[in-house]
Amino acid sequence: MPDQTGPLDGVTVLDITEHIAGPYCTKLFADFGADVIKVEPPGGDPSRSVGPWYQHVSGPERSGTFFYFNTNKRSLVLDLERAEAGPVMDRLIRRADIIVESQPPGRLDALGFGWEQVKSRRGDLPMVSITPFGHDSPYRDYRVSDLVLYGFAGEMYSIGVQDREPVKMYGTASLVECGSAAATAAMGALTSAELQGLAQHVDFSMADAQFNGVDRRHAATMGWEYAGRKSLRAPGPAAGMLSGVYPCADGYVEFSGAAIRIPRLDDMLGSPEWLQDEKWWRPGAGLNPELVEEFNAHFLPWSLQRTKREVWSEAREARVLCGPLFSVDELFEDTHFSDRGFWATATHEELGDVQIPGRPFMMPASPWSLRRPPPKLGEHTNEILSESGFAASEIEALRAAGALGE
Amino acid sequence: MSSHPTTALPLDGIRVIDLTVVWAGTFGATLLADLGAEVIKVENVHVWQPMTRGGQARPSAEMVKAGAGWAAGYPNAEPGPRPWNYSPTFVQQFRNKHSMTVDLISDEGREVFANLVSKSDALVENNASGTLEKLGIGPDFLRQAREDIVVLRMPAYGSDGPYRFARALGVHLESVMGHTLLRGYPDLDPSHISPIFSGDYVAGAHAAFAIMSALRHRRRTGEGQFIELAQAECAGGMLAQAFMDYSLNDVVQQRIGNRSVNGHAPYSLYPARSDGDGSDGGDRWISISVIDDEQWLGLRAAMGDPEWARDPELRREAGRLERHDELDTRIGEWTSTQDDYELMQLLQAHGVPAAPVLDSSRIYDDPHVQHRRLNEAQDLFDDIGTFRYNTPFLRFSETPLSIRKPAVALGEDNEYVYRDVLGYSEAEIDGFRERGHIGMDYDPEIP
Repeated sequence: MPDQTGPLDGVTVLDITEHIAGPYCTKLFADFGADVIKVEPPGGDPSRSVGPWYQHVSGPERSGTFFYFNTNKRSLVLDLERAEAGPVMDRLIRRADIIVESQPPGRLDALGFGWEQVKSRRGDLPMVSITPFGHDSPYRDYRVSDLVLYGFAGEMYSIGVQDREPVKMYGTASLVECGSAAATAAMGALTSAELQGLAQHVDFSMADAQFNGVDRRHAATMGWEYAGRKSLRAPGPAAGMLSGVYPCADGYVEFSGAAIRIPRLDDMLGSPEWLQDEKWWRPGAGLNPELVEEFNAHFLPWSLQRTKREVWSEAREARVLCGPLFSVDELFEDTHFSDRGFWATATHEELGDVQIPGRPFMMPASPWSLRRPPPKLGEHTNEILSESGFAASEIEALRAAGALGE
Repeated sequence: MSSHPTTALPLDGIRVIDLTVVWAGTFGATLLADLGAEVIKVENVHVWQPMTRGGQARPSAEMVKAGAGWAAGYPNAEPGPRPWNYSPTFVQQFRNKHSMTVDLISDEGREVFANLVSKSDALVENNASGTLEKLGIGPDFLRQAREDIVVLRMPAYGSDGPYRFARALGVHLESVMGHTLLRGYPDLDPSHISPIFSGDYVAGAHAAFAIMSALRHRRRTGEGQFIELAQAECAGGMLAQAFMDYSLNDVVQQRIGNRSVNGHAPYSLYPARSDGDGSDGGDRWISISVIDDEQWLGLRAAMGDPEWARDPELRREAGRLERHDELDTRIGEWTSTQDDYELMQLLQAHGVPAAPVLDSSRIYDDPHVQHRRLNEAQDLFDDIGTFRYNTPFLRFSETPLSIRKPAVALGEDNEYVYRDVLGYSEAEIDGFRERGHIGMDYDPEIP
C-alpha cells in the first residue's frame, strides 16, 4: 500500500453506470482513492461484451475496454429487477457518499431507487444521473452511440472535407469527454454535500455536455449567432500557410497557423533566402491562396527530407506549433512518456501484467494509484454484502433466490 | 441529516486565480466558475496572449470577413471597438468569471499578484512551460504568498522530458497521442482531416475535477499542492481501445471512419434530403448506429422491412459487419429522400440510435436545446447588440447553476478586485491606474 492516499480516500461511490461515460467518471473516483462499488447486472456491464479481446478470444474477463474503464473498482452482481435486491440496495444506499448511475431515464424510479426515493431515504446523499439527453428533454428516451451523440451535439459536421461526409473522432472519444465532465459534476455534488450539507441530484445530459462544452462547437455556435456564418468542412486537404497535416519523410506532421509568427517559422526553416521577401511577413499573407501555394512549393521539399521526429525537433527548437502523427506503437515506444511514468501496469489473474495509460494528472500530495486491477464479474459480491451487514446465511438466501445473478 | 437552508453553490467561498489561455485551462476555470467559485482572470493590457481573447487583439475588417465562423465570426461580421471582448472562439468560456488587469512584468505588479495569491485558494494555468518562472511567479513565489495554495499547471507534455518546451494546441498533442491517425477517412490520406480539440475538453474537465479533489485533500490535511496535468497524457482515455488493443495483442488499429470500434453494424452516416451541399452548409446527414440484433429488427421495421433486409445472414452482427458496404448503400438509398429530423423520430420510435448531424446554424432551433435552455440572450458591452450565449450545462437540483455574470470584458472587475478583494485605497488604486496596471484596453500599438 502506498503511504499516501488519493484525495478521495474515504469516499464510497455507489456506481450503477455502464459502458463508457459513466464508468470513466467513476474510474476517476476509484483511481484517486474512492471505494467504488460497481453494481453489475447478471451478465455484467455491457462493456464486458465488446473488444478488443485479449488474444482475440472473447469472454467477460478478457475485454480491453472493460479493463481500462474499471480499474480500482469492486464488482457486485445484483439483479435490480428482483424484489430481493431491495434490501441490498437499502444497505448500499445507507453506506454510500454519492450515487452515480447511467440507467435509462425512469428505470431506477420504476425499481424504487430513483432520485425521489433515494432522497426520501437519506436527505444527505447526492446522486448523479448520466443520460443521453437528461431526464426532462423531449428526447429523454432517445438512444445514442458515440457517433450519434457527436454528430448531433458535437462539432462533427465541420470535420472532414466538403465533398465527403463528416467524420467522427476515434472510438468512443465523445463518450469519454462526457465522462470527464460528469466526474466534474460528481465532484461538485460531493463538495456541495461535504461543505453545504446539500444532497443534490445532477441531471447530467451528455448532449448538453457536447453542445455547451469546448472542442470548437461552442465557437462554431457563436460564429453563427454573431455573424450568421456557418462553420463548414474544408474544401480540400491542408491548404494554409502551415495549417493542417503535411507529409514528411516517414509519415505526417501537423501545424496550425504558423504564418501568424513568421519569425519562428523562418527560424525553423533555417532562414532560407526565399522567405526573406517581405511579402511573407505582411499580416494576412497566410490568407492569400497564391502565396500559400508558393509557400507549400518551398516547404514540401523541406519536410519530405525530414522524418516526423526531425521536423518536430526543429519546430520545438523554433517554438512553432507542431505535432507528429504518431501511431500507437510509436507512442508506446516513445521514451518521453515511459520515462515520465505515464504507463502503468495492472496485474490481472487471467490476463497477467497489462500495460495501460496511467494517471491523467499528477497529484504529489495525494497521488493516483493502481491499487487493484479491474474486478472480475461479481468478484466482490460476498465481501461487499458481508461488509454491508448481511450474514453468510442471508447472502446464501439471496443467491438461492437468484438476486446475485448466478 | 438534512437540511441546511442554503442556496450556496457547491464552490461558494472558493477563490480561484485564472491564468489560463486558449481552451483547455479556460474550460476548466469555466466549470469551476459555473459551480460557484469566484474565478478571477488575471490579464495584462500591455501583453497580448495569442489565442486567448482572439487570434489578434485588433483583427482587420478584411480578416473578420475572410475567416471561418468559429474563428472570425465577430458580432455583425465587424471587428467592433473592442474585439477582444467578443471573440467567437473564446467568449463562451468567459461567463461567471471576473477579470482584473495588472502588469506582471513589473515588481509592483508582482506585489499586487502576491496579495491576490494570499487571498486565493487555487490557481490554474496552462501557459507554455516556463512562463510563470520567467515572470518570476513560479512555485516558490506562490508558496511564499500562500503556503497551502492549490496550483494546477497544464503543460502540453509535462514539465520534464524532451518535449517539455514543445509548443502545442490540443490538436498537436492529439496527433502525438495517436488520435489523428486513428480518425478520418480510411480511403484518403490524413491531410483530409480537420483539427479537433477534444484534448482541450478532457484536460479542462479533469482540471476542474483535480482542483476540487485537491481542495478536499486540503480540507482534510491542511496541505496544498502543485498538480501537474500533462494534457497529452490526460487525453489517453479517449484512445483507450486502441491502446488496449496494442497492449493486449500488439495490434495497431487503423482508421475506420464513422464505423464502430466494437464492430457493431450498420454504424455510419447516411445522406438525408438536402437543400445544398458541403460548400454552403446545406448538406444533411443522419447518423444510425445499430448496436445489437434487436435494433437491427427495429431498423428493418422503420424501413418497412424491405426484401433485401430479410436476408437471414443479416440477423447476426457478424453477417452485417461482413456486408457493411452493401448495407450502407441500401440504407443510404432509403434515407436520401427523407428529412433528417423525421428520420430521427421514426428510427428512435423503433429503438434505433439515430440523429441528424447538426451544423452550427441549426442548434438554436432544436427542441432539446430550447427545452434545456442551453443558451440565454444577453447584452455585453459597447452596444454591440443582444446575442445568445451558452449557459452552464450541469444541472444541479438544489442550487441551479446559471449565468450569474455574463462573459467578462478585459479588466471589467478591476474596481472590485483592487478595492474589495485586495483592500487597496482609492488613492492607491488611482496610482495603479496611472502606472498602467488598470485598464480595459490593450495598448494601441498591439495589432
